[in-house]
Amino acid sequence: MKLSDILEESVIAIGANKVRSGLTVLGIVIGIASVIALTAIGQGSQASITSAIESAGSNLLTVSPGASSSGGVRGAYGGAKTLLLTDAEAISELSLVKAIAPQVTGRYQVIATAGNSNANVIATTAAYETVRNVTMSGGTFITDSDTSSYSKVAVLGSTIATDLFGDPAAGGTDPIGQTIRIKSTKFTIVGVTAAKGGFGPDNADNAIYVPLSTGMRFLAGETTYLSTLSITAVDQKSMDQLQTDITDLLLTRHKISDSTSADFRVMNQADLASTMTSTSRTLTLLLAAIAGISLLVGGIGIMNMMLTTVTERTREIGLRKAIGAKRRDISIQFLVEAVIMTFLSGIIGVVVGWLASMGINHFGGLNSVITVQWVVIAFGLSALIGIVFGFYPARRASGLNPIQALRYE
Amino acid sequence: MKASADETTRERDMPTVNEAPSSGHMIECRDLTKVYLSGDQETHALCGVSLTIDPGEYVAIMGPSGSGKSTLMHILGALDNPTSGEYYFEGQEISEFSDDELADMRRLRIGFVFQQFNLLPRATVLRNVVLPLVYSGIPRGEREEKAEAALRKAGLEESHWTHLSNQLSGGQIQRVAIARALINDPALILADEPTGNLDTKTGDIILETFNELNDKGHTIVLITHESAVAERARRTIRIMDGLIVSDQRNGHHRAAAVAAPAPVDAAAPAETAAAAGETEVVS
Repeated sequence: MKLSDILEESVIAIGANKVRSGLTVLGIVIGIASVIALTAIGQGSQASITSAIESAGSNLLTVSPGASSSGGVRGAYGGAKTLLLTDAEAISELSLVKAIAPQVTGRYQVIATAGNSNANVIATTAAYETVRNVTMSGGTFITDSDTSSYSKVAVLGSTIATDLFGDPAAGGTDPIGQTIRIKSTKFTIVGVTAAKGGFGPDNADNAIYVPLSTGMRFLAGETTYLSTLSITAVDQKSMDQLQTDITDLLLTRHKISDSTSADFRVMNQADLASTMTSTSRTLTLLLAAIAGISLLVGGIGIMNMMLTTVTERTREIGLRKAIGAKRRDISIQFLVEAVIMTFLSGIIGVVVGWLASMGINHFGGLNSVITVQWVVIAFGLSALIGIVFGFYPARRASGLNPIQALRYE
Repeated sequence: MKASADETTRERDMPTVNEAPSSGHMIECRDLTKVYLSGDQETHALCGVSLTIDPGEYVAIMGPSGSGKSTLMHILGALDNPTSGEYYFEGQEISEFSDDELADMRRLRIGFVFQQFNLLPRATVLRNVVLPLVYSGIPRGEREEKAEAALRKAGLEESHWTHLSNQLSGGQIQRVAIARALINDPALILADEPTGNLDTKTGDIILETFNELNDKGHTIVLITHESAVAERARRTIRIMDGLIVSDQRNGHHRAAAVAAPAPVDAAAPAETAAAAGETEVVS
């Protein structure tokens, strides 16, 4: 039997019961589409986590005070008072350090003429701009002279700027040159950062930057303790070495011999990134597994339909055998019917999944990324399902005795 | 599929009607038996049937239901293997053939016409007729020609050829089935109660077609339980309880039967047969 004939017979048979074939196809379409859409969401969140981490600065190490640590980079905010400005100066002398930005952070009520808000205020130095990869949308970042002269200037994150002064594009005031009041001290705004994206209340777009010296004196109340140190290594490969160097240096400076009782924490941006991506990879796989279940159910639907078809077409199978079709001819025909249906479902499913993930991107506010890898997997899976779930019905059909099949009522 | 077809049957794939195997018989059965097992129960459907059919014959196999005539037809039609005995088809012993070898036999040498017609309902007339060629892997162009020739032979008007088979009347459907049986130019046409689902008038027309085909040299074996149908053949083999009880030439002229078909009591075919009174026990 020629391939073109097998295909023709199969298409006629599928077309013979359009509603049932359509519903069966729908089952697989949903399976394939959800594999593609859900993995796209998973991949998308992985991509946004990665980009968020990268946007925080490359080759970045952060030092936080206190051993009280459970998780994140800023886990020990203000918790312990162990990190001194002198520590920062000592670290800046290490050969592998490219730049260092000490920070003192606090959350304060911020009052502007037009509105007020609660914001994360970061007192830091000019180095912060390069260390943390800050880009400006207007004005300038804090300068070294601001720090040395205790200038009362502030730089607003893009979100807080809009919160306080309105969207400049929609008739809001340009914040640069305006003043705000933080903890009863007046600051003049000298710059606004570009939006960076990110999550949570500690989002960089929601922060206000002031000079380190000004912040320590007027906001933190003459403190000498730092909240965080952000350090850039000279290059990617020296990050681990630098992490060790910093740890050793601080242990010596803090006179601690046992590294397990260290009163600080050195976090490596790369470690964090890999932890986060592996988490979201797990998420992707979980989503794929859920979608896989619906694909499996779709496959069983195919098998069910094919078995019904075999029963319904018993007489036809008997006839085909009587006029000379062999077992192989019959089983191939039924197998091809199943494969055509899943293949068709695969194509529709890919298109639907693609559209769905584009829709999620556009309307759902979730980042989704379609990867060729998952499209291929979903497609291959659909063909496989056709073969696996078509095999048993095809065998049943081919094994029918022609005499009994012809007599079947 | 093609390779095995070549091995088993190609060598005999020549114009069938004039072909004479070494023994001269197209079909030669010796002591065929068929035993069905259902649980511990043995059913003897055939208890030693011997017969020969020559090329060009038109034989009716007649018997009441349960007589074994269907079983005999299945074995003659290479749909089933006998339990014991020998079956030579065109000089070749096929009683031990495998499923696939039997499928080749059916595809190339035998054409079936069924009581239930068994057409593909949603396919066109032409598609139905070429179906056996599809399994032979014959190119499309050639199929069309053969199908048209077969449909002409079976006597279906050209206007119906592109119709779907479920748009036709019973008589037309059976003509399509006959065309399908003819398409591979088979050695033998096996008709299983071909008029069983047709009214008498349509049945007559179909039987007339069989007579015409026989006149053109086709070998036909027709299974029936109606003596009126059997009389249209040139030879009647009566079978009862798995044994041949008579084998006779129908002497009367066929035209007479066409003019005045004998009234038949379908419910009591055995009695009708007995009443005919020309039984001549052979086996």
